[in-house]
Amino acid sequence: MRQKLLITAIAATLCHSTPVLADSETEAIKQELDALKKTYGQAITALEERLRKAETNAQQANDKAEKIAVKLEQRNTSATAAPVQNSFNPAISLILDGRFASFDNDPEDYELPGFALGNEAGLGEKGLSIGHSELIMSANIDDKFFGQMTLAFAEHDGETETELEEAFIQTLGLGNGLTIKAGRFLSAISYLNQQHTHVWNFADAPLIYRGLFGDQLIDDGVQMTWIAPTDTFLELGAELLSGSRYPSSGSTNGIGAWTAFTNIGGDIGIEHSWQLGLSHWQADDIEGRESGGHMHGDEAAETPSFSGKSKIDALSMVYKWAPNGSSQNQHLTLQFEYFERKENGDVSMLGSGSPLEMSTYAGHQEGWYAQAVYKFKPQWQAGFRYDWLDSNNRGSDADVLAEAGLDNEGLNPQRYSATLEWLPSEFSRLRLQYNQDESYEKTDHQLFLQYTMSLGSHGAHQF
Amino acid sequence: MIFLQWKKTYSLAVLFLTLCSNTVYAQLNIFACEPEWAALTRTLAGDAATVYSATSAQQDPHHIQARPSLIAKVRRADMLVCTGAELEVGWLPLLLRKSGNANIQPGQAGYFMATDHVSLLEKPSVLDRSLGDIHAAGNPHIHLDPYRIQQVARALTSRLITVDPANKLHYREHLEGFSLEWAKAITQWEKQTQTLRGKRIVVAHNNWVYLEEWLGLKRVAVLEPKPGIPPSSSHLSKVLTQLKQNPADMIVHSSYQNDKPALWLAKKTSLPVVVLPFSGADKESLIHWFDRLLGQLLSADP
Repeated sequence: MRQKLLITAIAATLCHSTPVLADSETEAIKQELDALKKTYGQAITALEERLRKAETNAQQANDKAEKIAVKLEQRNTSATAAPVQNSFNPAISLILDGRFASFDNDPEDYELPGFALGNEAGLGEKGLSIGHSELIMSANIDDKFFGQMTLAFAEHDGETETELEEAFIQTLGLGNGLTIKAGRFLSAISYLNQQHTHVWNFADAPLIYRGLFGDQLIDDGVQMTWIAPTDTFLELGAELLSGSRYPSSGSTNGIGAWTAFTNIGGDIGIEHSWQLGLSHWQADDIEGRESGGHMHGDEAAETPSFSGKSKIDALSMVYKWAPNGSSQNQHLTLQFEYFERKENGDVSMLGSGSPLEMSTYAGHQEGWYAQAVYKFKPQWQAGFRYDWLDSNNRGSDADVLAEAGLDNEGLNPQRYSATLEWLPSEFSRLRLQYNQDESYEKTDHQLFLQYTMSLGSHGAHQF
Repeated sequence: MIFLQWKKTYSLAVLFLTLCSNTVYAQLNIFACEPEWAALTRTLAGDAATVYSATSAQQDPHHIQARPSLIAKVRRADMLVCTGAELEVGWLPLLLRKSGNANIQPGQAGYFMATDHVSLLEKPSVLDRSLGDIHAAGNPHIHLDPYRIQQVARALTSRLITVDPANKLHYREHLEGFSLEWAKAITQWEKQTQTLRGKRIVVAHNNWVYLEEWLGLKRVAVLEPKPGIPPSSSHLSKVLTQLKQNPADMIVHSSYQNDKPALWLAKKTSLPVVVLPFSGADKESLIHWFDRLLGQLLSADP
């Protein structure tokens, strides 16, 4: 129709000199035009209506937007300055620990055949005693450094001893994944050693820790770690240590021991996480490391002293599982650590008269423990641990080595431990632990009832 | 010949543009502590950032360990977006110390705590752990108030611009887009939830404060005797007696919490239990998550 109209119009324009059109045709055009007018008119009215509606809507939307803006403005209370309690003072955390211990055998008779015990190694006090209480203070020193100090209080032979367990500074965000720590700190060898005793899942150290370090390796020095810029956690680190503390001790040339360690770890899905670690500790020039010898019922008058070279290699594996990654209701931790120590040098018995009883010494000691801790309810967890040790120590004088407690007496020390813990809150824990301890030939049944409470600033959730 | 020359110029231009766009869109690595901040950051940064969320909606953001995988992520982050107000006190400081990363230490531009930019409710006047695991700065769960989210969005945008000034316009545009959509969504949500005003709810843990305030819900009981202390049977029976005298409309708890106490109470009182997603799912937008949350709340309303 449009085409027709167009043609007609063009024709009309072109042939205006001959404006002769049939009446009927004019009529038809007129009618068509009328019809057009009508439809367009309707369309326009509809459009106008829609426009009006749109305008009202826009107005309403504007009003709403304004309302929200006003509400936002009303709520836009300025941020309160972060309220820091005792601003600028270090965060203080106090760990209170106490226990009741019962042993079938006399704890004074305790020994680990094949391992000369040193440092704090032993079963601890019988009966009621305060355990290992700690006072921890830490803070960011400025934007570059962090500092921490830990004082430990423990009861030894009826005397309360205070020990400076940690006193270190650490760089904050040195960049490129580097961190440097200096002072006295828990060595990063293996896994458990880096944790304070109060976060351990058992009341006592694994036998291999007791045998090699006297529970824990703490030394003065410098530590450097580097985290690789990878998705999988990869950490490389090394420590230069004074070597003045057990199990090196006595070296005077400044750097008596060193360590190197690497840890890798990651997640598998959201429920599983793991970490694997390899580490090495070495002291090349140990002079006069004293330890407790083999007891003969009475006080040992003679003290074994080792001089020489010592090397420790360690492997650690940790796996954790929590349903949906939420450890609140259920949490499983599996942990395994293996240590091997090789030593070369001499052992002499101090106080054995002159000349001193002496023997050459080539020590080989190893051991591992495996443990599982399962939190089965929000406030309850149970744990099981098995310890196993072995040693094969040789020397020129077997009698001297036997005196020094370095003869394994043909047995492998082992121990079974089970715990049940009640955790009323994140800050308190009550623990019941039973050990069937076969450290030496006479099996000991041990029972611990222990409380560990954490006061003050919130502790860290270490992996 | 001309064609060849033109081709050369053209390829040079393309190369130049590619280089340009590469420098403009060198993606920021952003570590978000909770899914809500990951979602907000994704919306506000668009393709200028890759965002990682340290926790999921199934996890209580308070009870996280400083896992090796998290240390590795923080090590590479250009920026942190977290809640703050001590919510992450158990693990974030440790991650920061271990990371050896200068960009995201406290005080740096890459250290962004959402609660530093809004006012907090329920600031305790007495700090004593006998009152449970309380947060000295106030209740940190601000992401349940859309108005506070809007405030955080503004602060976060200006922080993104500080960290990555080259993309200033990009971030401004995204904020504008978000604010418009968000305002529209708020209007809609407020209309939808008119019927919820004044409803009386029982909560499992006191972490819905901001939602209660926004929607006008009334909290009549908490299943936990103290914050962070799991419900005991004696406390639950106390709540039960209280509800018998003074009934509620529903029991609300978050997806990551143990549902046993809530179900027990529901059985005793025949109240409906609503399991609400306390945070969005992986890669879920904030608007979608709020829609879902409010939908669930409405569906439980008889």
